[in-house]
Amino acid sequence: MSLTDRLLGDRQRLAYIASQAADSRLNVELETEGMTLNIGPQHPATHGTLRIIARLDGEQVVWAEPSCGYMHRGYEKLAEVRTYPQVTSLVNRIDWLGSFANEVPFILAAEKLMGVEAPARSQHIRTILFELSRIANVSLFLGDLGVQMGAITPVFFAFRDREYVLNLIEGATGGRFHPNFDRIGGLKDDLPKGWIAETKAVMKKLRTFCDQIDDLLFGNEIFQARMRGIGVIPRDVALQYGLSGANLRASGVDWDLRRDQSLPMAWNKADWKVWTHPDGDSFARCWVRLQETRESTKIVDQLLDTIPSGPIMAKVPKIIKVPEGEAWVSTENPLGEMGYYVVSRGELGPFRVKIRSASFNNMSVAPWALRGVYVPDIVTILASLYFILGDIDR
Amino acid sequence: MMSLLAVEVPYWGQSLLRVLGGIVAVLLPAGTIVYVFLFKMMSFMQSRLGPMEAGPYGSLQLVAEVGKWLQKEDIIPQRADPRIFRMAPIVVLASTFLLVAVVPFGPDAWFTNFEVGIFYALAVSSLSVLGILMAGWASANKYSLLGGLRAAGQLIAYELPMVLAVIGVVIQAETMNLQKIVVAQNSGEIFGFSGLGNPYVLTQFVGFIIFMIAIQAELTQAPFDMPIAESELVSGYMTEYSGFRFLMFFIGEFATAGVFAMITSVLFLGGWGVPFAWFGWSDIDSVANWMNFVGPLIMFTKMMLIVFIIMWVRFSSPRFREDQLQRFAWKVLIPVSLGNIAITSIFKVVM
Repeated sequence: MSLTDRLLGDRQRLAYIASQAADSRLNVELETEGMTLNIGPQHPATHGTLRIIARLDGEQVVWAEPSCGYMHRGYEKLAEVRTYPQVTSLVNRIDWLGSFANEVPFILAAEKLMGVEAPARSQHIRTILFELSRIANVSLFLGDLGVQMGAITPVFFAFRDREYVLNLIEGATGGRFHPNFDRIGGLKDDLPKGWIAETKAVMKKLRTFCDQIDDLLFGNEIFQARMRGIGVIPRDVALQYGLSGANLRASGVDWDLRRDQSLPMAWNKADWKVWTHPDGDSFARCWVRLQETRESTKIVDQLLDTIPSGPIMAKVPKIIKVPEGEAWVSTENPLGEMGYYVVSRGELGPFRVKIRSASFNNMSVAPWALRGVYVPDIVTILASLYFILGDIDR
Repeated sequence: MMSLLAVEVPYWGQSLLRVLGGIVAVLLPAGTIVYVFLFKMMSFMQSRLGPMEAGPYGSLQLVAEVGKWLQKEDIIPQRADPRIFRMAPIVVLASTFLLVAVVPFGPDAWFTNFEVGIFYALAVSSLSVLGILMAGWASANKYSLLGGLRAAGQLIAYELPMVLAVIGVVIQAETMNLQKIVVAQNSGEIFGFSGLGNPYVLTQFVGFIIFMIAIQAELTQAPFDMPIAESELVSGYMTEYSGFRFLMFFIGEFATAGVFAMITSVLFLGGWGVPFAWFGWSDIDSVANWMNFVGPLIMFTKMMLIVFIIMWVRFSSPRFREDQLQRFAWKVLIPVSLGNIAITSIFKVVM
């Protein structure tokens, strides 16, 4: 059976389930009617201004659709009137929890067009900061997971330990949330004194945090009852909808751009593992992220030991003009694959930038995943798909 | 028959004392629970300090919060049913006040001495469902409606195991009178050993666990807090409330936690009493008069212990889904409590 055939089968089955749910009211004597529930744009569970229109039959969702655009900021258009170095300060507001990771693919794309490669030392430090922003991002996800289900304690642990990581990022770059540190041809500055030892201590704390979350949430029977077997996204569907990152790996696809792509970054210099999970349910998605946080701390630890000496900036002109051409670079960001398609006409700024952000594609599977579930499961499925509004709306 | 330190109090005095005592017995535990457990213990569990600014060590935080709520505008949604909307928090709070009326605090310190005290308590506690349903329906809000309906389903499902768990205690004590249940525990003995009395938490352990789970659900605390699940239903049936009406719900929530903890301590921990064998008392009439003052303190200690367990579970567990909760009540708790009743009655007949 081909991929599309199987997918069609799934769709037909789901349409049948949905129609059954809609018709179930005919079987009872009391005539009831469905209710349309607007979850959002202002709702505590949507991390921002996402709106989900859900058609309910009792507590069961018959049909649901996310509606985005409430926070659209037009970064693609704004980038056209900025110079290349200025664009980084725009794009690190896309996924605001892991902002340094947003700058890297754009800078790599510009470097690719210019034919410049950053020195080995700055590649290393870039990778370390990239992984730190991943840890800062995903640790908050792990804590927030509890809040979505009413366990309010883990999120405070998450905020406490993310603070250490933010302090590190601030120490190295000067900005806690929006570092704006990456430059074409290298980095703005070298690492400050004592930063490496400090980072190692923090990585140890983060591993303890992962163990705590593992105990508090992943080992909790109620958590498992809420997550296992809920919101299953099979491998085919995940590929079809263009999921990426941990959502795809949780559906059993062994795909990680950090390993599969050869970029001028230092991931291949560390020894780490790509985790996948065969189940594809909410639990699998959260579990893969937990394991990835652990792997990230390992990557950072190993790279800290092997930072090469040398300059941090390659030779680039003071006024950067990118030669004519087009380039596509994508990296494995905390939320999934994030890429920039940069079109240059040889001017000071890009002619056109197309941003492929992970959350937008990850959210596109929501109508598929939300059909036939109960209202409480909307929250857990969306939480496990893990989106950030800035990343959806850009 | 109310006498304090052998001073006879006239009837109007007794009534006044009871009204004041009732208000104190509701508000004091509610305030203490909110302050000690919600603000402080929860903060320490979550590696933070909690309130530190209002008063020394944040001790006046509750006063500040109440002041804040009282100042707020009393908003009623345009399409709400205003009369029902206004009544709902009063109904919820009233059930708490009615509940405290049967709790004994000492040999003579009680409000009413019902022969069917526990029956009355369980009946009255269900009144709060009515208030919650009224709040959910009258708010004209979809989240409120869902929350109210969930609350109704949940509270009805968990009333039953609660009643069944209490039956074990009633069989053992041979009475429904709460005062007599206290005396039966403190003057009782386990296999001839009377140094501990017979607190039913030891001999009715299964019933105690079921009762604790049921009151957790009855109080809509996590892991059974779907009616107010803030990540799904914003605030459930309280979504549209503000100002002092919200304050009433808030007090009602924690006061009910306190009162249920009192009832649990009466049923399972020996209530206001200490084992009578310690002081050579034999029955209620021989208990020394000073127990009227020490008794409430003992009661308060036991109440805080129970509330600690309730809050501990609340702060550390995620919530169930509605269907999982119903399945747990009907397929686990009710059969287990029925088995508990059967075993208790067999032992009662045999021994």
